[in-house]
Amino acid sequence: MAKKYESGVKEYRDTYWTPDYIPLDTDLLACFKCTGQEGVPREEVAAAVAAESSTGTWSAVWSELLTDLDFYKGRCYRIEDVPGDKEAFYAFIAYPLDLFEEGSITNVLTSLVGNVFGFKALRHLRLEDIRFPMAFIKTCMGPPNGIVVERDRMNKYGRPLLGCTIKPKLGLSGKNYGRVVYECLRGGLDFTKDDENINSQPFQRWQNRFEFVAEATNLAQQETGEKKGHYLNCTAATPEEMYERAEFAKELGQPIIMHDYITGGFTANTGLAKWCRKNGMLLHIHRAMHAVIDRHPKHGIHFRVLAKCLRLSGGDQLHTGTVVGKLEGDRQSTLGYIDQLRESFVPEDRSRGNFFDQDWGSMGGVFAVASGGIHCWHMPALVAIFGDDSVLQFGGGTHGHPWGSAAGAAANRVALEACVKARNAGREIEREGRDILLEAAKHSPELAIALETWKEIKFEFDTVDKLDT
Amino acid sequence: MPFKSTVGDYQTVATLETFGFLPPMTQDEIYDQIAYIIAQGWSPLVEHVHPSNSMATYWSYWKLPFFGEKDLGVIVNELESCHRAYPDHHVRLVGYDAYTQSQGSCFVVFEGR
Repeated sequence: MAKKYESGVKEYRDTYWTPDYIPLDTDLLACFKCTGQEGVPREEVAAAVAAESSTGTWSAVWSELLTDLDFYKGRCYRIEDVPGDKEAFYAFIAYPLDLFEEGSITNVLTSLVGNVFGFKALRHLRLEDIRFPMAFIKTCMGPPNGIVVERDRMNKYGRPLLGCTIKPKLGLSGKNYGRVVYECLRGGLDFTKDDENINSQPFQRWQNRFEFVAEATNLAQQETGEKKGHYLNCTAATPEEMYERAEFAKELGQPIIMHDYITGGFTANTGLAKWCRKNGMLLHIHRAMHAVIDRHPKHGIHFRVLAKCLRLSGGDQLHTGTVVGKLEGDRQSTLGYIDQLRESFVPEDRSRGNFFDQDWGSMGGVFAVASGGIHCWHMPALVAIFGDDSVLQFGGGTHGHPWGSAAGAAANRVALEACVKARNAGREIEREGRDILLEAAKHSPELAIALETWKEIKFEFDTVDKLDT
Repeated sequence: MPFKSTVGDYQTVATLETFGFLPPMTQDEIYDQIAYIIAQGWSPLVEHVHPSNSMATYWSYWKLPFFGEKDLGVIVNELESCHRAYPDHHVRLVGYDAYTQSQGSCFVVFEGR
């Protein structure tokens, strides 16, 4: 039945608060943590979020009547208390599939977390989770290779992979940089990594770095008889330069490249992921800038959303924090989003911060990368928390070894393999970690020295962003 | 007093991927790893290759994967039979995971010379 045009300002809740609505399987669902301005009813705040992140604008407009807005509007269908917080509440919003362009994470985020975050009726707003419907997931390519293919390409089975970021992160010439890569790889690591800050600076232009790194990885591979790789950072000022670097990495026969997906942007990332699928290259993903967006418990976007978006946009490895190292990360919450990277189905589980059942269908998995302030003593906990489908990534914990990076790498590798062997043999590696490492050190002077060097280092600060309980 | 460096020299070693940095396993330790493979529901598989070709993707199967085998003794026998038949070859044990089409476990049990 045709409606009449009535100009003026309507309350959002009249249109966008629909508690009787039963979400469709094809709807994209979102959970926002909302903190409204004083005196504004919850339903009005929640409906405003639904409106401003979908079809609504502040005033009724005549042109709405040219279409069937009820078909296109986002709807808030549920409001819940946030445990332990009297001010905030969760608003669950369903968006019809047709609001989004197929395969475009950029478009989803522009809609869901665009204008609405600056909306005056809100004091804070945080996007906690998105349930992507299978109908949308099937329009995204996802990881260029996935965990299974990456293992096959790199010939690494039955254990987490080991990586190391080259340090110092800025200031080395190409040749010196390649030296450090060679040392780490000959010592027993699987991968080394460009620091995210390394792009193509005056002290080390990208082409020079790529050539020396290729020589270093090839030599280490030849001498150790094991497959080696270095994440060549292709993040650049323009897409054209990004692709030029990726092409050169391929020309050099290198197995893996790298991209910074938040500073580089989702459009660039999705494009590069497609290039990787087409060209048989693995793609390592860094997450610089994420803590600006995800650390505040009441405002921004939770990292689980950014992790889901990356799996859809495409990447074979993604940084997730370490739980135990120098950077922020709650254990249960981290387990929740590494499931989102690796599993084919993740059930709703509030104790891990997952607000929805999420079916990933046949989409490939992403390796969780634990990086930041970790060393040999952390190894038992890292293996227990992250399991085999992870990359344990050191920096100071390799290069800081008194004998240098090669010995540091060997210490990392011995510690890892001792933990995996003990786990397989049925030992509780977190509880018995100390004994396992000390036993292994009897056969490895490199590990014995590493354990002595880092015995006092701990990073015990409380996390800022905790799960709501 | 003469200068004495405390820095050791790390010599590069050729290794055979997982567990390559640990000392050779004892019989009991190998049993533990086989038990783990079986407990995970993976199929044990024995592969071998001449050391000159150890970086090849495909090593030769010893017979076929032992689909559904749950007897540790059978697997130990097969590893030893393979080693006797190809004494100069590397012999590795794989825990083959048909669900992921990947290897949940893979390590060299006998090193060829």
